[in-house]
Amino acid sequence: MNGDPKLERIAKGNALALCATGTWTASFAPALERLVADAEKLAGSSQSIFIDVSEVAKLDTFGAWLIERLRRSLTQGAVEAQIAGLSANYSSLVDEVRRVRATAVVETSTITISGMLEQIGRTVAGIGGTIAGLIDMLGAVLAAGAHVLIHPRSFRLTSTVHHMEQVCWRAVPIIVLITFLIGCIIAQQGIFHFRRFGADIFVVDMLGVLVLREIGVLLVAIMVAGRSGSAYTAELGSMKMREEIDALRTMGFDPIEVLVLPRMLALVLALPILAFLGAMAALYGGGLVAWLYGGVDPEAFLLRLRDAISIDHFIVGIVKAPVMAAVIGIVACVEGLAVQGSAESLGQHTTASVVKGIFFVIVMDGVFAIFFASIGM
Amino acid sequence: MAGDIQNPIIRVRDITVQFGATRVLDGLDLDVKRGEILGFVGPSGAGKSVLTRTIIGLVPKVAGSIEVFGVDLDSSNTSQRRNVERRWGVLFQQGALFSSLTVRQNIQFPMREYLRVSQRLMDEITMAKLAMVGLKPEVAERFPSELSGGMIKRVALARALSLDPDLVFLDEPTSGLDPIGAGDFDELVRTLQRTLGLTVFMVTHDLDSLYTACDRIAVLGNGKIIAAGSIADMQASQHPWLRQYFHGKRARAVMS
Repeated sequence: MNGDPKLERIAKGNALALCATGTWTASFAPALERLVADAEKLAGSSQSIFIDVSEVAKLDTFGAWLIERLRRSLTQGAVEAQIAGLSANYSSLVDEVRRVRATAVVETSTITISGMLEQIGRTVAGIGGTIAGLIDMLGAVLAAGAHVLIHPRSFRLTSTVHHMEQVCWRAVPIIVLITFLIGCIIAQQGIFHFRRFGADIFVVDMLGVLVLREIGVLLVAIMVAGRSGSAYTAELGSMKMREEIDALRTMGFDPIEVLVLPRMLALVLALPILAFLGAMAALYGGGLVAWLYGGVDPEAFLLRLRDAISIDHFIVGIVKAPVMAAVIGIVACVEGLAVQGSAESLGQHTTASVVKGIFFVIVMDGVFAIFFASIGM
Repeated sequence: MAGDIQNPIIRVRDITVQFGATRVLDGLDLDVKRGEILGFVGPSGAGKSVLTRTIIGLVPKVAGSIEVFGVDLDSSNTSQRRNVERRWGVLFQQGALFSSLTVRQNIQFPMREYLRVSQRLMDEITMAKLAMVGLKPEVAERFPSELSGGMIKRVALARALSLDPDLVFLDEPTSGLDPIGAGDFDELVRTLQRTLGLTVFMVTHDLDSLYTACDRIAVLGNGKIIAAGSIADMQASQHPWLRQYFHGKRARAVMS
């Protein structure tokens, strides 16, 4: 019953007659397209044109369309090609296909130099938009915060505690582990190089200043941007996609107050705690390496640390933490709320959230460095 | 066509599906015959979608066997399974269109994967499928997020039909459509079944669909098929849920 499809010309006097046989289905589509393309060349000055499909064993949409395509291209001027011998089973399929209009040409975008320049221009112009968006979100969050201060009952304690658990409590193991390792590495490198000058003990100074002032908070902020910033963007983005945020709005809730404020608050509280824990873990790791590798015993380490480090170093580090948390949170929420309907868009904005979050954290760190240097801390 | 008329296209024997301690399907048997439109009804939460998803292999079963096109899906190898998958189409309840592809790319996705046809033919077939499901050609370049609920259903059906399958699973195809749209949809399913020799497995709550589109109806309750037969059999049944379903206020309105 099945068979390779064929399309044969039968002599019929002045008329052009084509006889289709075999299986005209999707699996044979490439062969069918070639058959039809060959037959299309036969269009000429025949008085009448027939396509006989009575011998077709099986027909599906692909086959029916190709027969229709052939019929259309053979139809020239006043001579209309006819389909003959159509079985009742397939006539409605062919009728269905006949109603299809000729395909609109699908325009494909080509890459041109002017297009690329335009893209660069748009991206640069977009930077201003990004900054405006961040400031807008900062304002909205502060306004929501002020509203909550005036109406404390509208504060979402459960949500805030939930997010605290997610971004703070659950982050402790990984943050402590990584900062511990970084502390170890700094101490090892310091000892290895300082030993040549017989200045082993100064590794404590370096470790203390670096960890408490810079590395501790910067490293923790970068990890939080990757860990929690991305989560915020993905959460808000998928809520946006499923119209959950619109639903909130129609019920008279402010999405900023319900969704963004608890997340921001959790992050701003969590980052100083994590930065403190991270600094302690790094100092502990550094101390351990100094003792086991450098021969600086713990008592000497602590004594030296007390001399080398003032409380100012710790304050300089920890003051930065909430500001960096706010930057990460705002970037993540802006990106989350900017997600459009597709999965691709969600991925793009989550990436952007982490990249921009880390970028702004480092920029903020530089600004703080200049600030503290000029006030002499 | 492969296989004879007597052999059911889907043969489900004694399947059990369990989520934790809850047994959703409990030793269920079901046959779907070639060329029929089977309407599948049952109370909400009875496991209609679970059965559909079990047959197409998305939900693991605890016991039992499933044969589709005469191929046992548990003992089949990858190429047999792919061959079966190529011959069925699935319309998910929410459409499940790929959100980052346009309508045209969504419909062409299975063609690109399984057939070696020219871009021109794919574009033309896409237009034909869109016309078949009652959509305008302009829709082709839109993204799923720019479509209405009814359009999403139609595009999803067009995608399910893109390889001209022998069997389609429709999970609540008319829910969320206006009555005229739903009626058109039933008509469409009927037409496609006639023209393409399609077998349709349709989970539905729409009484109109049951009356106008379905050849046979199966009813799910307590993890088993509690009744299967024509609409007349269903009306004659004394089962309390069936009596309520087919003799309730809405059913009377549909029948009159």
